[in-house]
Amino acid sequence: MEWEVVIGLETHAQLQTNTKIFSGASTAFGAEPNTQACEVSIALPGVLPVLNKEAVHCAIKFGLAVNAEIAPRSVFARKNYFYPDLPKGYQISQYELPVVGKGAVTIQVPAAGKNPAYEKVVNITRAHLEEDAGKSVHGAVEGMSGIDLNRAGTPLLEIVTEPDMRSAAEAVAYAKKLHELVQWIGICDGNMQEGSFRCDVNVSVRPKGSDKLGTRREIKNLNSFRFMQQAIEYETRWQIETLEDGGTIHQATVLFNPDTGETRAMRSKEEANDYRYFPDPDLLPLEITEADKAQVKLLMPELPSAMKARFEAEYGLTNYDAATLTASRALADYFVATVNAGAEAKPAANWTMGAISAKLNAEEKSLADSPVTAVQLASLLKRIADNTISNNAAKQVFEAMWNGEGEVDAIIEAKGLKQVSDTGAIEAIIDEVLAANQAMVEEFKAGKEKAFNALVGQAMKASKGKANPAQVNEILKTKLGA
Amino acid sequence: MALSTDDIKKIAHLARIEVSDDEAQATLAKLTGIMGLIEQMQAVDTQGIAPMSHSQDVVQRLRDDVVNKTNQREAFQQIAPVLGNGSAERAVDHGLYLVPKVIE
Repeated sequence: MEWEVVIGLETHAQLQTNTKIFSGASTAFGAEPNTQACEVSIALPGVLPVLNKEAVHCAIKFGLAVNAEIAPRSVFARKNYFYPDLPKGYQISQYELPVVGKGAVTIQVPAAGKNPAYEKVVNITRAHLEEDAGKSVHGAVEGMSGIDLNRAGTPLLEIVTEPDMRSAAEAVAYAKKLHELVQWIGICDGNMQEGSFRCDVNVSVRPKGSDKLGTRREIKNLNSFRFMQQAIEYETRWQIETLEDGGTIHQATVLFNPDTGETRAMRSKEEANDYRYFPDPDLLPLEITEADKAQVKLLMPELPSAMKARFEAEYGLTNYDAATLTASRALADYFVATVNAGAEAKPAANWTMGAISAKLNAEEKSLADSPVTAVQLASLLKRIADNTISNNAAKQVFEAMWNGEGEVDAIIEAKGLKQVSDTGAIEAIIDEVLAANQAMVEEFKAGKEKAFNALVGQAMKASKGKANPAQVNEILKTKLGA
Repeated sequence: MALSTDDIKKIAHLARIEVSDDEAQATLAKLTGIMGLIEQMQAVDTQGIAPMSHSQDVVQRLRDDVVNKTNQREAFQQIAPVLGNGSAERAVDHGLYLVPKVIE
């Protein structure tokens, strides 16, 4: 039987605020345990939550960025469960009336094997504000767990998708897109190691063509895109094999073990999901007016989709190039800086997406650490444009610049890569080549087109690759009367 | 909806409250009374009335995102729960609050 995997994501993005969502305690990462755990964070009796304006602004920014409905009135609810890192006995979250409603993001799924790259819309069901819990530290004292409540009360935006994704590749493409978007609009630092961006993935399978959803299992707390890909692929295989062997899937929460590459169900706590939500009487309804939205909108940077459209219109880039460049703020900024430094748009786009990205990927570097700056790349592209060097020579210059061998012109000089564009010099070379290769000339005159290319090759070789290929072509054509 | 003592025990467990069988019986009688009240309210026709999430018709005030809490760990940990080994020692260590071991 042919199976189809159905995937939905829930992502917790830690919001970039100075203080916690319901108190004025700092959210800075890495402080000594419990030094940022105020009376609200540790839930002393009698304390009251006061909502952080910036956290609300972050939620509005996200809503605007995914074209979502932003609720004019939303409500905070208590999600009740018992765990030591949650001293109140409930997490303040949103349930029936979340701050952000239905929206959508467009993802670019990369090409894989024979399958070409494609675009897809992933629908956002909702996004709501909530507080993070503390952290448990094991092993410090025998038989006890230590609790650090510095993280308790850190604002989170939980972003939930529809079950719209149909492969691990689509899920990862969505997660990457969302990861870039929250950083782009400045609401989350995206640091997955520190847990600022965590994904839970709901996976189910069904016979292809069925419109009924299978029973899902939720893979918790994936903190890298590679693990996400592996976990989904393993989980999908496991579910299909279980069903094909006549088994059934039970709803469960599973954990991914990076060492074995396997997913494993957590011990099921029978009553774990009885959260007994109810509106938090300590908090009043959150009202967001059109004026609030307009005010936040003014603080937003140009969104990737708008920038993509502008790149197509302003720089004449293709849909694909514009989409690739605006997949990351850093890449888009680098491209614009290259153009602003005097490079033509199309080659600037090609080199940014090609040579630069390939090098960065190979060396696992980010654009900020690129040894070749946008200004340096622009000066290289200018030397191609003014015919000082050929495209091939440019690759050598780029390599040298990447390795810190100096600036463009100095490298061209040192390596003797200057292209010969002097017509007289090229004519002289071609005359020699024609004299030495009479047989080829005869073949060409007899109608063999290939002989022409062979002659161009000979001329380039004679010039040690330095002759301007376009000029060689032209002069050769004239001389052969072609 | 009719409640049973099993329901009472389950609710008590979720809140980590220990109830004896006698207490469960007594609580059942009280909660059944409250359920009766709820049934009465649910019989009222509320068609077209927006649910109320708070008894006061005002909206949430927002706080500026400025740190105004200082480190009070020392003071808070002096009133932390005791270790429970008979001593008056507080269940804290290296700045952490200590609880019985929790492992998934």
